[in-house]
Amino acid sequence: MKPKKSPVIRVIGFLALIFIGATLVLGLKITPPDAIQGQMVRIIYIHPPLAWVAFLAYGTTAIASGLYLWKRTRARIWDQLSGASAEVGVVFTGLTLVTGSIWGRPTWGVWWTWDPLLTATALLFVLYLGYLALRKLPGDINQRSKRSAIAALIAFIDVPIVQMSVLWWHSLHQKPTVFNPGQPAQIHGIMADTLLIGFIAFTLVWLWLLFTRLGVIKLEEKIELYGLEVALRERRGEVNKDLVETSQDSHSKTSLSTSSKQGPDSQVLVQK
Amino acid sequence: MLHDALLIIRKDLKIEFRSKVTTNQVAPMAIVILILFAFALDTHQHKLILAAPGLFWVAVLFSMSLAIHRSFSIETSSSTRDGLRLLGLDPGGIFLGKVIVLTIEMFVLEIILGFGIVVLYSATLHNYFLLISITILSTLGLAAAGTIFGSLASSFKTKDTLLPLLFLPISAPVLLSATKAFQTELGTVIGSSHPWIRILGVFAVVYLTVGVLAFGPLLEEQ
Repeated sequence: MKPKKSPVIRVIGFLALIFIGATLVLGLKITPPDAIQGQMVRIIYIHPPLAWVAFLAYGTTAIASGLYLWKRTRARIWDQLSGASAEVGVVFTGLTLVTGSIWGRPTWGVWWTWDPLLTATALLFVLYLGYLALRKLPGDINQRSKRSAIAALIAFIDVPIVQMSVLWWHSLHQKPTVFNPGQPAQIHGIMADTLLIGFIAFTLVWLWLLFTRLGVIKLEEKIELYGLEVALRERRGEVNKDLVETSQDSHSKTSLSTSSKQGPDSQVLVQK
Repeated sequence: MLHDALLIIRKDLKIEFRSKVTTNQVAPMAIVILILFAFALDTHQHKLILAAPGLFWVAVLFSMSLAIHRSFSIETSSSTRDGLRLLGLDPGGIFLGKVIVLTIEMFVLEIILGFGIVVLYSATLHNYFLLISITILSTLGLAAAGTIFGSLASSFKTKDTLLPLLFLPISAPVLLSATKAFQTELGTVIGSSHPWIRILGVFAVVYLTVGVLAFGPLLEEQ
């Protein structure tokens, strides 16, 4: 069984490819090197968009979990969406940590530093890995979904702490450049445009991955549901077959014993 | 809600008084952790004094993980949870009761660990009032988060491994803030512990609120 892809998902995928291509061309070829960071600035065109998508994914997981927990809106789709978004979020958090580490080595001189924002992002990564582990546990699907939804909401409390930690603690990390309320944007021209295109590109990638994964989760649940149903039917079939065979055996045995006791006339009757 | 919480506190404390698991097993294990940390840091006195606040809270965190496990094994082993549901107790009250019992048990353990870091690591305690406030706030936050995740993980077969995976990352901000506040009050770092106490307070309030709200749905479907 292949997941059906709607034309909208195909269009999103196509647009994502175009924007990723544009980010690559602009980021690697057209934009100039930074006055201080040199060529290392190029990783900035993908690092903040990756982090943004991770937060977007966790936000979606939290909202979908809330909708699943609320009795009026409770539906399987919210749980499925929550799981799909968290999976994509974990991948993007991992990529954020990797790209940050690659940038940190030449800039700070170390692959990893115990900067609060880095540490909190790593914690977020582990926290959502725990959430995904909870989702994968065997057992009643509704019980698991409800618990996962509660865990997702609690985990989401950590997200604003990650966001605010850069301001709460004295940090080595770069302060927000574009979305800094106390400071006007300090990034200009083609560099700002490339960063914006990067944000759009990775948001589209997230949407495409989210809907594709959602389709796969729906199919997995169908397999789980129908797989069990087929197994039950087969089992019932076996039981019926056994019963039929047993009843046929006992019937023929009874007939034979009766016929042997009553003689040739009664044997004719049994055959009739 | 408070009346139900008091019932749970009485029940769990009575069980603890009879079994003495926290005092006979968890507390010695916490002291063993302190001794092992000293081996890991090569028993270097200066390093131990500097690391004492963090090591204290790591020992508390591991002990808390065991205590949460114990708190929920009481409920699952003899189907007490079903009994509590049949009695019609308020889920928020059950949650608060569990949190308070865990806080009391851990506070006793923290006093023992406090003596431990003074004797073994030569740490010096300055402001007792602030140290106790930090300890109570941190323990309350940890107990609240731990009770939520303990309840989440309690009926799964893999609860032993699932609980630390869920509980330890969520409690890391509490651990960080409590360590920073202790560093100031133990005199290893110059500064004020007040911002950290505020963060600990926010954590405790947030986790207590979430717990009171979420414990009902959690109990319903178990």
